[in-house]
Amino acid sequence: MKYELDHLQALEAESIHIIREVVATMERPALLFSGGKDSIVMLHLARKAFWPARLPFPLVHIDTGENFPEVIAYRDRVVEEIGARLIVGYVQDDIDAGRVVEDKRANAGRNRLQTATLLRTIEENNFTAMFGGARRDEEKARAKERVLSFRDEFGQWDPKNQRPELWNLYNSRHRPGEHIRAFPLSNWTELDIWQYIAEENIELPSIYYAHQRPVVRRGEMIMAINEFVSPQDGEEVIEMVVRYRTVGDATCTAAVESTASSVYDVIKEVAATRITERGATRADDKTSEAAMEDRKREGYF
Amino acid sequence: MSEILRFATAGSVDDGKSTLIGRLLYDAKGIFEDQLEAVERTSRERGEGYTNLALLTDGLRAEREQGITIDVAYRYFATPKRKFIIADTPGHIQYTRNMVTGASTADLALVLIDARKGVLEQSRRHAFLASLLGVPHLVLCVNKMDLVDYDETVFEQIKNEFRDFAARLRVHDLTFIPISALNGDNVVEKSENMPWYKGSTLLHTLEEVHIASDRNMIDPRFPVQYVIRPMDDEWHDYRGYAGQVASGVFRKGDDVMVMPSGFTSTIAAIETMDGPVDEAYSPMSVTIRLNDEIDISRGDMLCRTHNQPHASQDVEAMMCWMSEQPLDSGSFYRIKHTTREARVKVQEVLYGLDVNTLHRNTDVHTLALNEIGRVKLRSTLPLFADSYEKNRITGGFILIHEATNNTVAAGMII
Repeated sequence: MKYELDHLQALEAESIHIIREVVATMERPALLFSGGKDSIVMLHLARKAFWPARLPFPLVHIDTGENFPEVIAYRDRVVEEIGARLIVGYVQDDIDAGRVVEDKRANAGRNRLQTATLLRTIEENNFTAMFGGARRDEEKARAKERVLSFRDEFGQWDPKNQRPELWNLYNSRHRPGEHIRAFPLSNWTELDIWQYIAEENIELPSIYYAHQRPVVRRGEMIMAINEFVSPQDGEEVIEMVVRYRTVGDATCTAAVESTASSVYDVIKEVAATRITERGATRADDKTSEAAMEDRKREGYF
Repeated sequence: MSEILRFATAGSVDDGKSTLIGRLLYDAKGIFEDQLEAVERTSRERGEGYTNLALLTDGLRAEREQGITIDVAYRYFATPKRKFIIADTPGHIQYTRNMVTGASTADLALVLIDARKGVLEQSRRHAFLASLLGVPHLVLCVNKMDLVDYDETVFEQIKNEFRDFAARLRVHDLTFIPISALNGDNVVEKSENMPWYKGSTLLHTLEEVHIASDRNMIDPRFPVQYVIRPMDDEWHDYRGYAGQVASGVFRKGDDVMVMPSGFTSTIAAIETMDGPVDEAYSPMSVTIRLNDEIDISRGDMLCRTHNQPHASQDVEAMMCWMSEQPLDSGSFYRIKHTTREARVKVQEVLYGLDVNTLHRNTDVHTLALNEIGRVKLRSTLPLFADSYEKNRITGGFILIHEATNNTVAAGMII
């Protein structure tokens, strides 16, 4: 007997500890569930943390209305299978109410608009903690964020005034109106996520694997043509075998050229890639050097 | 499958710390091309003559604007042998709390010394903080060897001077490596410029250092985190105690004692969603069921009748103060220790410690930001603790200010 955990077992144990800690110390947690791979792994870990009891908190989806249909179908099926409660916050409601204004340019997407809907959904449901699937390897501002990240009454993150976080002790205290974002996957990398998906045999929406679809090349990005994205002047629609490395708003999430049709193919591909997943697939992160930090300060995921 | 090594680095821009991390990441494919392009672009735009690898870890706007690292940045890379988590912390004294944070979970601390400057106050401070936080392995990289003509005597001199100092610390495993981060000597590849050095490269050291025996496998400690009661028809009478094993090994059938009640029982099962396991050890997260119905709640601890932690409302500890608002002996603080929470008062500051000279100052009655001292606390509830030296999980705690809810201190129980 070696009494050693391999890296996936160690990461799993750490994440389950964090999830249980939040639920044990906070009154009204919820889990942000987009149907993306990270939130799927989050949900899997949360079920493990409380087995054989049911999930002790609802799932929340902030819906831009510009979804990949495969992802919504997956979401609804999983919710039904595990008997979870799903709360959907619609970005369209905030657009209709005039709280946010949509940027109509191509690739603008509704990602940034989600912040208003997210904060409204948190307030309406009095959530005190939101579990998110963000990882520190994704982006440089996230690399500095705490596992339990404090948000003031406006939902703002203050990167210069973060609580020190030591050992496995997490400070979840806050006043009414303030809340905590909890990131149990902080120490996972994209490759860890995929290896875990393989090891645990976790099902994902089909668009994570190679499939053929009509696309256009837009700058360095490959954008799928669908009900939200139409070819611009001079863009040629081509059939291409692609897959998605991340799943977000359909207007600003790009595909990558890939023939990886199984989880093992994807692991091989991710292990060999030299481009980060956000760099390859997110038009919204290209806006500026500190795009993510600025969005997070406003209350983004 | 490979295990995880967590290591902390401390140093300022001048030590070449960022260059070293940049090289480790790049050679181990921990940096991606788009990240490197972004750094190159920013360096160019700012008129810097070289690609400033510090921009890779300085992720916040304020850090980039001021050209300094203020906070702990976590970076990840893997080799076929291990997965690495780097806690990259700023080296300046005003960021002692960040170094303490980064070191709290580290298996290994990497301290950088500039070969031209020798052992400075700050290198001693970094080594002291690593030993205070119980980091089991210390690797001292003597950097910029290229600027001293790869001279063995320079390396030996620094090594001897540092070893004399380290003898005063609790450092069990000390390794010295002469490197040039800029040229890559002894970082990933063995240096042809220093044939006199017979030891391992830095990456090889990180891959091979033995960490499994650093954990406490002797004293069984299971802080109860959450009580699982499904309350449905299928699991009607189910009552499981969920938590992460702090230390030692728990086996099915073991006699256990519950603190604070003192009741004893035996382990009926150790469960996970993947099925039962025969034994659980640190850092596994499991659910333990007992053969007897005992009242157990969060904050209680499972241990053995003949191997119990120390239970007391009075605690003495080394404490690092982490808040701009100094320690106030009149204030109440919340203590978080394992899964237990209580109110505490700081009864006495026994002495303050100069982190550069290790001098003890007994005239000190409070602690300000980044100051370290030995204190006496009294808590409303008994804490179930081991000395930090024996057990980093049951020996560590944080203090939270009751009014601001900020984490204001980290403590290591003596």
